[in-house]
Amino acid sequence: MKAPGRIRLRTGLLVLPLLAFVLVTFIAPLGTMLVRSVHDPVVADALPETMEALAGWDGQGLPDEVAYEAVARDLVRANEERTLGQVASRVNRVRSGLRSALTRTARRMPEDAAAPWRDVLSNLHEAWDEPETWHAIQSAGDRFTSRHYLNAVDLQWLPDRSVGRQPEERRIYLALLWRTLWISLGITFLCLLLGYPVAHLIAHAPPHRQNLLLALVLVPFWTSLLVRTTSWIVLLQTQGVINDVLVALGLLGDDGRLAMVYNMTGTFVAMTHVLLPFMVLPLYSVMRSIPRRHMSAAASLGAGPFQAFRKVYWPQTLPGVGAGSLLVFILAIGFYITPALVGGSTGQLISNMIAYHMQTSLNWGLAAALGGILLAGVLVLYVVYDRVVGIERMSLG
Amino acid sequence: MAAATTALSAGDRVVRFAYLGFCAAVFFFLLAPILVIVPLSFNAEPYFTFTEGMLRFDSEAYSLRWYRQVVEDEAWRRGIANSFLIGLSATGLATTLGTLAALGLASPAMPARRFVMGLLISPMVTPLIISAAGMFFFYSSVGLTQTHIGLILAHAALGTPFVVITVTATLTGFDTNLTRAAASMGATPLRTFRQVQLPLIAPGVFSGALFAFATSFDEVVVVLFMGGVEQRTIPRQMWAGIREQISPAILAVATFLIVFAVTLLFTVEWLRRRSEGRKTQR
Repeated sequence: MKAPGRIRLRTGLLVLPLLAFVLVTFIAPLGTMLVRSVHDPVVADALPETMEALAGWDGQGLPDEVAYEAVARDLVRANEERTLGQVASRVNRVRSGLRSALTRTARRMPEDAAAPWRDVLSNLHEAWDEPETWHAIQSAGDRFTSRHYLNAVDLQWLPDRSVGRQPEERRIYLALLWRTLWISLGITFLCLLLGYPVAHLIAHAPPHRQNLLLALVLVPFWTSLLVRTTSWIVLLQTQGVINDVLVALGLLGDDGRLAMVYNMTGTFVAMTHVLLPFMVLPLYSVMRSIPRRHMSAAASLGAGPFQAFRKVYWPQTLPGVGAGSLLVFILAIGFYITPALVGGSTGQLISNMIAYHMQTSLNWGLAAALGGILLAGVLVLYVVYDRVVGIERMSLG
Repeated sequence: MAAATTALSAGDRVVRFAYLGFCAAVFFFLLAPILVIVPLSFNAEPYFTFTEGMLRFDSEAYSLRWYRQVVEDEAWRRGIANSFLIGLSATGLATTLGTLAALGLASPAMPARRFVMGLLISPMVTPLIISAAGMFFFYSSVGLTQTHIGLILAHAALGTPFVVITVTATLTGFDTNLTRAAASMGATPLRTFRQVQLPLIAPGVFSGALFAFATSFDEVVVVLFMGGVEQRTIPRQMWAGIREQISPAILAVATFLIVFAVTLLFTVEWLRRRSEGRKTQR
């Protein structure tokens, strides 16, 4: 027999290549995202003199002449180094309207500008007379900031360094988080409602029919997500198959066609369809192990079918109900593709907002913070899943 | 329900009918959307619904024009080539690394097993939008965005958990006395692996590889964030088609993907049965 130490070493060596690979290609990217959610050096690097001058500012009223001179020099340099746009959009996210204040000041700065700097800047843009402008620059200049996380739950840093709510028109993320949770719960419930009887039917069918019925669930499971989403567009759109059928049957007037896609209905229907197999499969594997004689025994003891189901069958399926519901819920809150294609504006989830900030608004710090919150939520749910089911036993069809 | 075979009361019969009807409706809900795509892809008209001619089974109303369009379109052809190139490369990488790791993980001597398993499974459980965002940040900082290599690495990372899980599952029923016997007869570890372990876990390795391939083949979020025009895959091209110029050519591609999925499904099922059959034979 070899020494256990050598065996441990050898098994460790087998796992090491994959571990290293996953750490570099996957964990490091997640880490980069999390760092981005709290770290942003762009403004601090571009406006170094301003940041130094503002370090001594007490935050009351306007800062002194040194700060005005520093920001004038920093902005002109940022314009030459082509970082002005990035700086202006970051400051603008803290306080709307400052993008043009910063870019105009930098571009229109006279060649021969000289003290008093406060008058020079005030002439270029009135924003320089407002303390809020300086607070916004100071806040955007923090290298490490909790701003994005606060922003992701509709909060912000107030000038007096306390935390307060965002202005009314900027409060969108909490509502979106609630909507995501609510839609995911609804879809989970719907999947349970539709999946439970089907899993029961498959689990207690004769063996040869079991395989056939199971295949009917597995075909959608293996079919490309984009194909399934496309087919729901084809079926649900106003000139689509379902509306055509309803009109042909005379149930709808041609002008009364239903709007079933590009809204929350589309998200609900298509996502339930996509996620239903993830509910059926764990339910099926639990139900399959419940012996038929339990129900016969309950019946012979005088229980009616409903009572036997409620007292004997249902409790035994709870592990499957828990596993399936958790899995569907976890997958639903992180869903992106289907809501993006069929959700319109009312059926968007938190993932779609992350994609929007990644690709369109380019507010990567906020995208990363929203991603961080979603990731934390999913990880907590997976720890629960691991305790309840065991992650390795996750059903793969 | 189960016991009530002898005397079904009228009430029971109603319940049973309702139950079967409900199940039939759910199966219809599951399959109809997929089945409806197939005939519509042969539509002679550029519509997404059945024309009157199609309902009359007029041969004029059906055509292969969308299939021809896909085959002739440079963008679709590139998408198909990219999907297979990226998918097969990522699968090769994921299967090799994943199988090795599963062999280690199945051993009781593996240190920190639970923690390592959690890390290795994480690409499967993280929402794709988060993986894609993180990968975009990280891969762009090392110059791997808009490259095939970058996508292959990313897709391999997403595929490895499936290989680890399927191979670990085949190994849980594995009789370790077999490797010990081989070793005692003087076989080197490599030879033991090749001649004893590999043939037994082969179905698990192969179905893990199919899962990894299907993951890459169907993945669009990472491609969306990291790929350029040159790296567009089939799903990325479909995404563009749905978002930009919607045309029934998408349905032709979808039909191809459905046939492909059914083939994959039956292969995986066949492998699973083979592997289960072996376990019960012992």
